[in-house]
Amino acid sequence: MGRFVVRRLLGMILVLFAISVLVFLIFNVIPNSDPAQRMAGKVATPALVRSITEEWGFDDPLPQQYLTTMEKIFSGDLISYSDQRDVDEEIVKGLPATFSLCIGAAVIWMFFGIVFGYLSAVRAGGLTDRLLTILAMIGISMPVFTLASIFLIYLTYKTQLFPSGGYVGLTEDPFDWAYHLVLPWTTLAILYVGFYSRVLRSNMLDAMSGDYVRTARAKGLSERRVMVRHVLRNSLIPVVTLFGLDFGATVGGGAILTEAIFSLNGVGDYAFESTTNLDLPPIMAITLFGAFFVVLFNTLVDIAYAYLDPRVRLGSSAQ
Amino acid sequence: MSGVGEPLLEVTDLVKHFPVKRGLLVDREVDRVRAVDGVSFGVAQGETLGLVGESGSGKSTLCRVVLQLLKPTSGSVRFEGEEIAGLSRRRMRPLRREMQMIFQDPYASLNPRKRVGQIVGEPLRLQGRASGAELRRRVQELLERVGLAPEHYGRYPHEFSGGQRQRVGIARALALRPKLIVADEPVSALDVSIRAQIVNLLDDLQDEFGLTYVFVAHDIGVVRHISDRIAVMHDGKIVEQGPADRVCEQPADPYTKTLLAAVPVPDPRESRAQRTGTAQP
Amino acid sequence: MTSAPLLHVKGLRVGFATEGGELQAVDGVSFDLAPGEVLAIVGESGSGKSVTAQTIIGLTRSPNARIEGSVRLRDTELMNASEAELRRFRGEQIAMVFQDPMTSLNPVYRVGDQIVEAIRAHREKMSNAEARKLAVEMLGSVGIPEPARRVDDYPHEFSGGMRQRAMIAMALALAPDVLIADEPTTALDVTIQAQILDLLGGLNRERNLATILITHDLGVVAEVADRVLVMYAGRVVEEGTLDQIFYDPQHPYTWGLLGSLTRLDRPRPKRLPQIRGAPPSLLDLPTGCSFRPRCPHAFDRCTELPDLAARLEEASEHRDRCWLTPEQKREERGVEGRIGLEEPA
Repeated sequence: MGRFVVRRLLGMILVLFAISVLVFLIFNVIPNSDPAQRMAGKVATPALVRSITEEWGFDDPLPQQYLTTMEKIFSGDLISYSDQRDVDEEIVKGLPATFSLCIGAAVIWMFFGIVFGYLSAVRAGGLTDRLLTILAMIGISMPVFTLASIFLIYLTYKTQLFPSGGYVGLTEDPFDWAYHLVLPWTTLAILYVGFYSRVLRSNMLDAMSGDYVRTARAKGLSERRVMVRHVLRNSLIPVVTLFGLDFGATVGGGAILTEAIFSLNGVGDYAFESTTNLDLPPIMAITLFGAFFVVLFNTLVDIAYAYLDPRVRLGSSAQ
Repeated sequence: MSGVGEPLLEVTDLVKHFPVKRGLLVDREVDRVRAVDGVSFGVAQGETLGLVGESGSGKSTLCRVVLQLLKPTSGSVRFEGEEIAGLSRRRMRPLRREMQMIFQDPYASLNPRKRVGQIVGEPLRLQGRASGAELRRRVQELLERVGLAPEHYGRYPHEFSGGQRQRVGIARALALRPKLIVADEPVSALDVSIRAQIVNLLDDLQDEFGLTYVFVAHDIGVVRHISDRIAVMHDGKIVEQGPADRVCEQPADPYTKTLLAAVPVPDPRESRAQRTGTAQP
Repeated sequence: MTSAPLLHVKGLRVGFATEGGELQAVDGVSFDLAPGEVLAIVGESGSGKSVTAQTIIGLTRSPNARIEGSVRLRDTELMNASEAELRRFRGEQIAMVFQDPMTSLNPVYRVGDQIVEAIRAHREKMSNAEARKLAVEMLGSVGIPEPARRVDDYPHEFSGGMRQRAMIAMALALAPDVLIADEPTTALDVTIQAQILDLLGGLNRERNLATILITHDLGVVAEVADRVLVMYAGRVVEEGTLDQIFYDPQHPYTWGLLGSLTRLDRPRPKRLPQIRGAPPSLLDLPTGCSFRPRCPHAFDRCTELPDLAARLEEASEHRDRCWLTPEQKREERGVEGRIGLEEPA
């Protein structure tokens, strides 16, 4: 087990390194992104551009620039090209919003995803199942920005039921905090609710025809116990692992659109801004931040899987 | 060409190990699974060698290694006098015509998306032996030879029963007129009343086409019926081999004896006598 | 039957609604099971043997199944019992073990926990510790070494034979009167099969455990059965004692099954006797006797479905579904000195 974790950590470092190099190279290939030019602002005399270039080291060879940037990220000194703000600070400022959004949405999508999936499976073919299937399909097919726009139009502008954006800290005012997050949570969660309920339904229907379920019934167990302790338990394993990956990806950047539309000033919002401004330092830092979460959750998922499915116990040998 | 008296297939000290790997950064081998652990046998032209063993004995792995579907760890496999162990895929290609395999599971070994005619004709097509109308004619001939109707050409596997699918598998194996057919549990997944049909079919085809068989099964009764010689496998090794009747009636090896003793006797009086140790009327 | 049978099945019919129409999986099966008796139900795919077994404990109930007939365990009618009532019988009075022990046990729970679950479903008053003790005892009684340690193992940590023993232990934990074993040894190696059959035979004798053994292997039948039911395409085609079925079989299908057996203690026949054709599709059964298309002895009367009746005077419990007279049967079934189904010329 320990061996496994060490290997994954080493792998994680390699992946992060590769990603950072890739992002750096991509950025330097994009045309019109000469940062010195843009930093110089409206009155960009060649002399000014040159001095900025020298000061910031933009004429250093690429590997040198890369190393400098990486150094700055880890020492907390990274400054954005466009507005000279400290990148790391900005990311930290955006974390509460991003985590609130992602964790809240995750709780919602898991709860409803499992409940709807379970009901659909247990009443497969019936009216409940068909209704839930339609809902799931809508959830899956609706792009985030469409849904968010519909919410904004009907639930905020026209009817003033919900605020149109902005983030209120949890510690400031819990009720307001939640109030501002209801729409973003719903927008982000609906896709996953649809998806997870379908996955769980499908897994459960598969499991229900399994031999061990037949054995459980033959033992005289109640239907409820058969469904929950045998069918659901086995069907949840892939769902839990999916969750790990999806959550990691959401924190790592999947929430960008939602944050941007609802102006939540989270990390995703910052990423959106920086990309629009072709601002390399924040992009690098945020990408690494996102990659870190994705890889972290990948690893956690693998560990969790081994815990949930004894056949996969890492390092053990089966007969 | 094998010379007079030379076996069609000769296997010497064949070994196939599967490494068990573990490690920190890089996988190192910590143990090996000795699936085939030094096996030697020969099969003469036109002969049937029966291979019996229980699960884990290595008989399926042996089949695949002999046909070079898996690369042997060491040892020699000579087909018609030529060494084929460890040959590259390119060099094996022309030889594949001569050796074919029939698989156990008639439900899994046929591509469900292809029609039967395509499945049986594919070997001919791939080896450039026939095409178009000629191909179709030869395939239909094969289908008839294995007891199916020419109309079955256009059907999909799922439209057939297990026994019929196995016939399709046999037709496919025969398509290139191989010299050697390795049959890995060809009747185990079939109903009892169908098994005899397939075994008899294989017998007939052997006479008609001069085929040589390696017949693998865990049902000793069936193996004994179709084989000239039998080899008994246990834990990756052949523990006994010899003429079929001799091995079954006068087994020398203790494992063979255990295996034979475990086979249930379909005769109540015999069974009772064995259990109580007395003769019954 | 001098004493009342333990299990009395009469006129059992099970039909499933499928895309291709209604499929009659079981069509009028009746039999009795006496206490301590071993009844073997023999058949191939489509014979209805497994569906019969599962229907006895109500496992086939579903919206697209039509189930008729009577199943009485002592004086309780199980067919119209509610789900809740049936659950009390399952595992406690009638227990079942299935074919593949790898997939029949839940892979994510320990074996001991699954046995305890079975016990506590019927004995709520029993504590966890007591149930666990019983589980360990049961594992030991079926021949699993070190049961106290192995009770905490997962199914994949057992070998195939051990898993099947564990399934049997779980089935017998509550001392049921009837054990239904559906192809319990088909997925096992022959040496392991012999051990499991020994175990089942021993349990039957020691505990007077009535057993219904479902199998396609007549060798297995010869080792353990007292009486035999031969099923084909959903119907019982022959029924009798072990010796009657093996030494005086009355139905051509039985002859065919016996004939295609390989005997290691006899010289090999030139050709393995076979039954031509294949078991019929249940959606498209032939009229009259369903074996007719494959039977070399079929004649015009066979288009009328034979009833299951005792046609031999001396053996009232030996029944079959074949219109041939007993004399004709005796004549036709001998093939080269053995019983078999003669190939048409």
